[in-house]
Amino acid sequence: MSKIKSLDELRQMKARLESQMDIREKSNNPEKLVQIRVAMATCGIAAGARVVMNAIIERVEREKLPVIVTQGGCMGYCYAEPTIEVKRPGEDPVVFGHVNTDKAMEIIDKYVLHGELVDGILPVNYQTIEKN
Amino acid sequence: MPNYKMSLLCCGGTGCRASESVRIVERLREEIAAAGMDNDVQVVVTGCFGFCEQGPIVKVIPDNTFYTNVKPEDAEEIVKEHVVKGRKVTRLLYEDPDTQKHISDSKHMGFYQKQLRIALRNCGFINPENIDEYIARDGYEALAKVLQGTPQEAIETVKKSGLRGRGGGGFPTGLKWEIASKSPGKEKYVVCNADEGDPGAFMDRSILESDPNSVIEAMAICGYCIGASKGLVYIRAEYPLAVKRLQIAMKQARDYGLLGDDILGSGFKFDIEIRYGAGAFVCGEETALIHSMEGKRGEPTVKPPFPAVSGYLGKPTNVNNVETFANIPVIFLKGPEWFASIGTEKSKGTKVFALAGKINNVGLIEVPMGTTLREVIYDIGGGIKGGKEFKAVQTGGPSGGCLTKKHLDTPIDYDNLTAAGSMMGSGGMIVMDEDDCMVSVAKFYLQFTVDESCGKCAPCRIGNKRLEEILDKITKGKGTMEDLDYLKNLSKVIKDTALCGLGQTSPNPVLSTIDNFYDEYVAHIVDKRCPAHKCRALRVYAIDPDRCKGCTACARACPAGAIKGEVKQAHVIDTEKCIRCGACLEKCKFNAVTVQ
Repeated sequence: MSKIKSLDELRQMKARLESQMDIREKSNNPEKLVQIRVAMATCGIAAGARVVMNAIIERVEREKLPVIVTQGGCMGYCYAEPTIEVKRPGEDPVVFGHVNTDKAMEIIDKYVLHGELVDGILPVNYQTIEKN
Repeated sequence: MPNYKMSLLCCGGTGCRASESVRIVERLREEIAAAGMDNDVQVVVTGCFGFCEQGPIVKVIPDNTFYTNVKPEDAEEIVKEHVVKGRKVTRLLYEDPDTQKHISDSKHMGFYQKQLRIALRNCGFINPENIDEYIARDGYEALAKVLQGTPQEAIETVKKSGLRGRGGGGFPTGLKWEIASKSPGKEKYVVCNADEGDPGAFMDRSILESDPNSVIEAMAICGYCIGASKGLVYIRAEYPLAVKRLQIAMKQARDYGLLGDDILGSGFKFDIEIRYGAGAFVCGEETALIHSMEGKRGEPTVKPPFPAVSGYLGKPTNVNNVETFANIPVIFLKGPEWFASIGTEKSKGTKVFALAGKINNVGLIEVPMGTTLREVIYDIGGGIKGGKEFKAVQTGGPSGGCLTKKHLDTPIDYDNLTAAGSMMGSGGMIVMDEDDCMVSVAKFYLQFTVDESCGKCAPCRIGNKRLEEILDKITKGKGTMEDLDYLKNLSKVIKDTALCGLGQTSPNPVLSTIDNFYDEYVAHIVDKRCPAHKCRALRVYAIDPDRCKGCTACARACPAGAIKGEVKQAHVIDTEKCIRCGACLEKCKFNAVTVQ
């Protein structure tokens, strides 16, 4: 192990180590970040949700996007798997269906980063009891 | 190192390890490997989450799911359901006691909502055995910054922050450093006092177990400020996990050049050694601690000279407590103004408390100074166990006093607690309910002091023994009203004449219980009655003839043959023969046995 010789070296080291702690830091303040939830029930995984989730996580890490990626259970849209739910801070969540890797990148480019809606939104057909 | 997509943080503090958290970690890793996800999901052993009552804790990141009371056999379900399929295991979530709803995210729990974690900032968040995780959270940056300036500037920063000693005394830390830095001498020492001895206190242990690097970094900063190249951690040998983690952290820090010669290329040299204490309470007193480290008997000596002038081996020595040190790096990272903006006028920052006793949420908490006792006990602590009535809270350990209902809305800080007849102490908080007898509580603390007195000075050695004897007499129903005056007078004499802090504060539990629970003492002495039914000698057992079915269960259980009666007829207890063991009360199925 090499010694750290200065504040600059310490900071460089910290920058390298930070990414490993990234998901823990982000989970401290999830409400300030865009939350992407990938439906990862059996049907979702069979339709390719894991590939999509990995692609999203890799992009988020590479570009250090203010995004937190979690997995969810079955959302009930079996006809439209893989589905992802995107919640921008302070806004209602939006669910996209038939999301493959390309579609996921488009959603990140437009909706996640700039709030521009793209095709493929599934209409909200439920209410959650948590909000009541 | 792979970038994990998910982390499972598992508490590796002493409390949770006692409930098999080591096994839980193994099982989680096995299940993750079986699911073929070991490159995606990481299991991290962290320090204490503080919520010991609900331990072992497993927290799933990134969705912040907080699982409580986890057992090794739950690992399979957590991995198969939550990790693989994304479905939370509802039965392991924390249930809000008021609404009976499951709460998934710790942020929404009353226990965490009012806390502000500075000294505990990394506890339950990083792996204490991996210095990289500490560095990733700005670790050692404070030391690097301090090394770029002068020691005087750094001392000014600590002074400006208003930080006071967290071991109990509350002496301003910056001033202590300044005195040590101005003391002449080439050889100086930094000592970390980790001799935590108050019954029910575990703040320092948890910090060392959860974030040892914060203490190491702060000791190095202190060394630079006062001109010392050597640090000593005096820790009790009863804390093996804290010792082990401290040793690992010291080795890793040396490997990175954060301890040793030429730290961070600055030319500053500093290293730390561990000294083990045998667990004598008096060795938490700084002069006794220093003698113990020198290999002498752990006995205090008169101050002055203060350790800052003549301490370890007669050299200027700065002694600070673990929690005080844990605050230091944050003060440099966030600025003294930020730190001073938290708390009350004369007590800045936060204080860590170990909540124990008859309280729902036993655990480790950190709140801003000025938080009221009510907030700590009811909002964070979740109130009294079993819905009983709050009676008192003991702060400051054997040196402190009892605070009662009338103090519930007192903002907690050094001066308010002293004014209320107790003291901040190191942060133990023992909550008592209606079933606790305050005379017995005072007796318990006196027994502790008598055991722990080093015997050097007569007031402490003999005086405390006499106090204990009188208290014992009262709890046996043989006390007189003159004894009360005698207790008070003797207490004052001990306080005025004892040599060190132990003796000067040991009568506090007596005085504060007499002040706040005078009626209870009178009940013991005049009515020969213990209102809480705790004092065995004062209990009177009786059988309610209307309820007694004559089942003879009590008579058969009575070891003294004190219960007489025919089958299917009401039984009677002979109070002369009764030895007050309570066996009949336990055996009776009809609630016919009563205690007075």
